Amino acid sequence: MAHAKEIRQQIRSVRSTQKITRAMEMVAASKIRRAQERLRHSAPYADGIEAVVRRLARVHPEFPHPFLVPRPVRSLGILVVSTDRGLCGGLNVNLFRLLLQEIRRARNENLPLSVGTFGNKAAVFVRRLRLDTLATATGVGDSPRLSNVIGPLKVMADAYREGRIDRLLLLGNRFVNTMVQQPVVNVLLPLHPSEEQELPAHWDYLYEPDGVRLIDTVLNRYLEARVYHALVENACCEQAARMVAMKSASENAAELINRLELAYNKARQAAITREISEIVAGAEAV
Amino acid sequence: MHIRVQIVDPEAPLYSGEAEAVFAPAELGEVGIMPRHAPLLTRLRAGEVRVRHDTEEESFFVTGGILEVQPFAVTVLADRAVRSTELDEEEARRARQRAEERLAQKAAELDIAHAEAELAEAVARLRAIERLRKIGVLK
Repeated sequence: MAHAKEIRQQIRSVRSTQKITRAMEMVAASKIRRAQERLRHSAPYADGIEAVVRRLARVHPEFPHPFLVPRPVRSLGILVVSTDRGLCGGLNVNLFRLLLQEIRRARNENLPLSVGTFGNKAAVFVRRLRLDTLATATGVGDSPRLSNVIGPLKVMADAYREGRIDRLLLLGNRFVNTMVQQPVVNVLLPLHPSEEQELPAHWDYLYEPDGVRLIDTVLNRYLEARVYHALVENACCEQAARMVAMKSASENAAELINRLELAYNKARQAAITREISEIVAGAEAV
Repeated sequence: MHIRVQIVDPEAPLYSGEAEAVFAPAELGEVGIMPRHAPLLTRLRAGEVRVRHDTEEESFFVTGGILEVQPFAVTVLADRAVRSTELDEEEARRARQRAEERLAQKAAELDIAHAEAELAEAVARLRAIERLRKIGVLK
């Protein structure tokens, strides 16, 4: 049995770890509220522009914008949205598992692959896989801004425009609720706005100035809005996952402390018993 | 007769409500939207979007964006939008100066386009501030 002093030291170190995990849990719990608010706030713009895009795609199905026209897929691009920091449970690991699946599928079909990443974790992961990385953005932080999105997205969209990639996927986590986050793949390009609701196709917009440049702007903004939304949603997932992970870490620490305290008391009791029996033995010998 | 007006930017919705008329800085010139306007899609320059309700008028500043008009709904999808009363004159002046300096240096073509856009935005900001001051909304 270990010495009482050693056990005491262990208890102290577990306790200080527990303080940290508990603090992180509380910080995440307060950040998650603001992250969710940001997620809600990004919805009106995203909905508005999606409605416009859906109408455009509907009244101009023949419109020859490269973003709207599917073509045979000979190469693949992937945008991965991850977190900057760890200690958020299996959030990134689950996402990367999905990424590996996509990579494997691309390899099976012999498609050249290039990636763009948001967040430090994805950047590191992708570097280790030696993938062809076109763009990375790290240090996005807890409150992503639209300006974080534009750089990497433009690089990937340009690659699509120039025909270096024929299909662009967006990988990120979907926020189901605080306990559940789900990695998802979406096709970002070519755009195919969901056609769930039937729109009357009788009217069309007047376009000012000309349709072509205008539609290009609209589609670009739509892409930005979607990626921005993915970033905000991932930030939400990060805080939720961290809160849950830190909660269970704190609980584990408490359990460990309990066990160590028991061991400590036993060790102490044993030491006392041994001392007494030594004294008694000594007294008898006299 | 009213129009439903929504002013949103990618990070947050800014305004949502009913109005009699909306004025916006479309790319080809200022447009005024009344109820029953024909469906219209246009790009916006940097400038003021004004929402008129009864006799009151609320002003918002957008840095650019897209204006979508339907007969009884107007959606301003701004690149960035703030309430005009939150505009900062000092900051706008500094931005104008920065952009002018960069234009004077004649850097790469891409930078020039960038600086020109920034200059246009700063000038639009200052113009909005000036107008609001004239009608007494700003001190």
